[in-house]
This record gives sequence, structure tokens and C-alpha cells, in this order.
Amino acid sequence: METAVTKTGTEDKIWGGGNQPLKVSYGKMMMWFFILSDALTFSGFLAAYGFSRFKFIDSWPIADEVFNHFPFLHGVDAPMYYVALMTFILIFSSVTMVLAVDAGHQMKQKKVIFYMFLTIIGGAIFVGSQAWEWKNFIKGEYGAVETQGGNILQFVSPTTEGDGTVAYHRVGLKDIVVIDAHKDRVQHDRKNGVWFTKEETLPTYTISEIATGFTKHSDVLIRTQELVPDIEKLKASGNPRKIAEAARLEKQLVNPNDKGQKAIYKREFSLKRMGTAIGIVEGANLTHNEYGAPLFANFFFFITGFHGFHVFSGVIINIIIFINVILGTYEKRKNYEMVEKVGLYWHFVDLVWVFVFTFFYLV
Amino acid sequence: MAHDTAHHGSNTAKIWKVFILLSVVTIVEVILGIIKPAFLVETTVISMKLLNWIFIILTIYKAYYITWSFMHMEGETKGLRRSVVWTGIFLICYLIFILLTEGDYIYEVFKAGHKSWDF
Repeated sequence: METAVTKTGTEDKIWGGGNQPLKVSYGKMMMWFFILSDALTFSGFLAAYGFSRFKFIDSWPIADEVFNHFPFLHGVDAPMYYVALMTFILIFSSVTMVLAVDAGHQMKQKKVIFYMFLTIIGGAIFVGSQAWEWKNFIKGEYGAVETQGGNILQFVSPTTEGDGTVAYHRVGLKDIVVIDAHKDRVQHDRKNGVWFTKEETLPTYTISEIATGFTKHSDVLIRTQELVPDIEKLKASGNPRKIAEAARLEKQLVNPNDKGQKAIYKREFSLKRMGTAIGIVEGANLTHNEYGAPLFANFFFFITGFHGFHVFSGVIINIIIFINVILGTYEKRKNYEMVEKVGLYWHFVDLVWVFVFTFFYLV
Repeated sequence: MAHDTAHHGSNTAKIWKVFILLSVVTIVEVILGIIKPAFLVETTVISMKLLNWIFIILTIYKAYYITWSFMHMEGETKGLRRSVVWTGIFLICYLIFILLTEGDYIYEVFKAGHKSWDF
């Protein structure tokens, strides 16, 4: 056991640092405190997300509508299934990790290799899935217009269901646009600019093309970021301001009773709203996104990105330890504590994902 | 550490049991998230939907099992356990409390203010 864990040469000196009140090796204890500090970083991110969400409690995007893709199922509304699958992959790779640690305790090298291999594969699949989620999020699906005040307006069109109720489904910019054949605006490039600078990518359509298209398609309505409040509660509140708000919503919306859903405006009010639009938004970046509040995309990128970076570094660290296991380093040491330490980190990554999953996708 | 290799039998059965437990909880969460039962959405407890409380409680339940079983926190000394868990829980609860209170306050100011912010 002489090279099992880092020794400081003070083991027998009680007042020289030889005391181990926590009865763990230095490395493992420090891994725990690193995890504690990292957990606080993540909770800082998640608490900030909660702050912004409470600040925009009546206009936050609905996660089910944003994350509803599944590989090979194009155009199928599959809310949450894919993240649920990702969660399973990560939990399962956590299980194989703990099995590797367990095999390490019994000094079974072959088993440790096998389980660590599975763990690395699981981690790699997870990072890949996250990249795919990002791709969908950045690319967007329908597109929207943005108003002067930075609010997002989306387009919906009514269809009558079999039982006579009217449902509103989203329509994309490409469905309503009337292309202006005479537009001569081309992207300014490095090669034709005086100062050899290029401008930002031009959106696929111009705002006037969308505005024309919107006027032509008389059934298309505008859906805003607002979530419909409980109208009855507003009316019963006795507060004149709230009663006025309830009256406004009843007058202007086609769905004043869909509590918690996004507000859809009647055609005349939709036209009025469209008049305030100044630009096109397709997909998402750090300043604009077609799903709603720009902060939503910021938090999505930062939180899942920071977590994805942890998974990525976890995979790298696992690979290093995996190679060491194959080389027999820990057989020589007669101790697999290194596997246990990276295992702690790996479980922590899983632990964080459990919270990210809840607060980003479920709540 | 001697105790690591000495009294460690195989925990495989227990590991699989925890895995099944975590899977079942996740499946329940996903099902609730997809069907969103009306009575859970409409009932509000301490200014949050009952459904969201259920999600949060189930998440903490999962977190407990990951930390205690997978990360083997149950086998650590009381001192290590408390210095990690209590510190984390105290600071996180405090942070969440002040930030959510502040967020709600700003929402009220925006809502009741005389300035339009949808211009």
C-alpha cells in the first residue's frame, strides 16, 4: 500500500499533519471540496435562471414547445422525449461508473476496464446529443419577427378539429412570405467592401416581405410572448387595473380562456401588432431568439454549455484513467482509488444534469 | 486507506436497485411533464404550481440517492458529510431565496409601474 495514495510523510505525527479526522485520503477529500465549489457555481447559474424567470414569469417561453425534436422524426411534436433519453444515458453511465469503482475495490482489472469503457461511451453519446440539441435550438424552426421593444411575435393559423374546436398551429416565415422579386439588397462581403469588412448574415426574408405576406394571408394571427393569465381571478381581484387588463384581454385575444398558454390576438389586433415589427429572427443566438425572451437563450447556452463542458472534460479524464487501468498502473499500486475519484466527478456531472433537466425542461 | 479494500464486498445488487429507482422516478417525471394533470397545474402551494413542487421534490430525492449511494457519501465520516452537504445546502437555499424574492419583486414593479415596457 506504500504508493496507494499521496503520502505526506507525516502520517505518525499527530501535530504535524498526520491526523486524518475525516478518514479519507487527501485527494478524495479535495475532490469532494472541489465538487462542493462547483456545485455552488452551478447553483449560481440556476438561481440566476430562476431570478430571470420570476422576473418574466408571465412571458417566459414554454419549454415543451422549444425542445420538441427527436432524431429521424421530422415534424413530429415530441416534447421532452429526447432529453429524457439523454437523462437515461447519463444515469446509466453513472451506474457503469459505480460498477467500475466497485470492481476496483475487488481488484478486478478486466471488469474495471469494461465498465469504464461503457462509461466513456455513454458520456460521448451524451455530449453528442447535447450538440444536436444546440443545433436545433440555434437553427430554429418557424422563425418570428421582433418588435421595436424587443418582443417576439410568432405566427399561427387556425384549423378546425374534428369535434368543432379550433386549434392554432404555428406557421413559419416561409409559409407566409411573399417574395419580392425586385429586391436588390445583397450581403456586403469582404471582397466588395471599401474597408474589407463584411456585415452580419442577412436574414432569409426582409421585414417588408413578411409584412406583405401577413396582409395577404388573412387567416394568420399573431402570437405574442405573453402567457394568458387567469381572467376570472383578475376580474374578481377588485383592483381596477387588473379588471381593465382582463377586459382588454377578452376583447383582443382569440384564446382568453387558455390559461398559461401564449396569447393569440384577433386579426385586427394582430395587424396592429405586426405594424410594430422591425426585424426577422430565425433561430437563436445570444442577443435574439425566435422563442421569446433573449435571456432564455442566454441561459440555455450558458447552463447546458457549462454542463456539457463538464461532461466533455469528464470524458477526457475518464479516458486518461482508463488508459492507466489498461496499463496496470493501479494493479501495481494495489489500489483503485483514482477510479473512485474520477467516479466522484462523473457522478457529480450526472447530479447537476438531474437539476438542469428539472429546471430547464420540466418546471 | 485500509477500510477501502478491507470490508468492501460487492455492492452490485444495491447499485442496480438504485438504478431502477432513479429510472422509475425519471419516468414518472417525464410522464407528469407530458400529461400535466390539470389539478396539479391549477393547485398552487406557496406561490408555485403543485406540479412544480412535485418535480423539485423528486429531483432532490434523486440527488439524495446519487450522492448517498453512487458517490458513497453514506460511508464517509460525519465530519466530511456535514462539511460538504450542509455547506452546500445552506448556501444554495440562501441564494435561491434572495434571488427568487428579488425576481418576484422586480416583476411586480414592472407590472404595476407606470412605464410601458412593450413599446
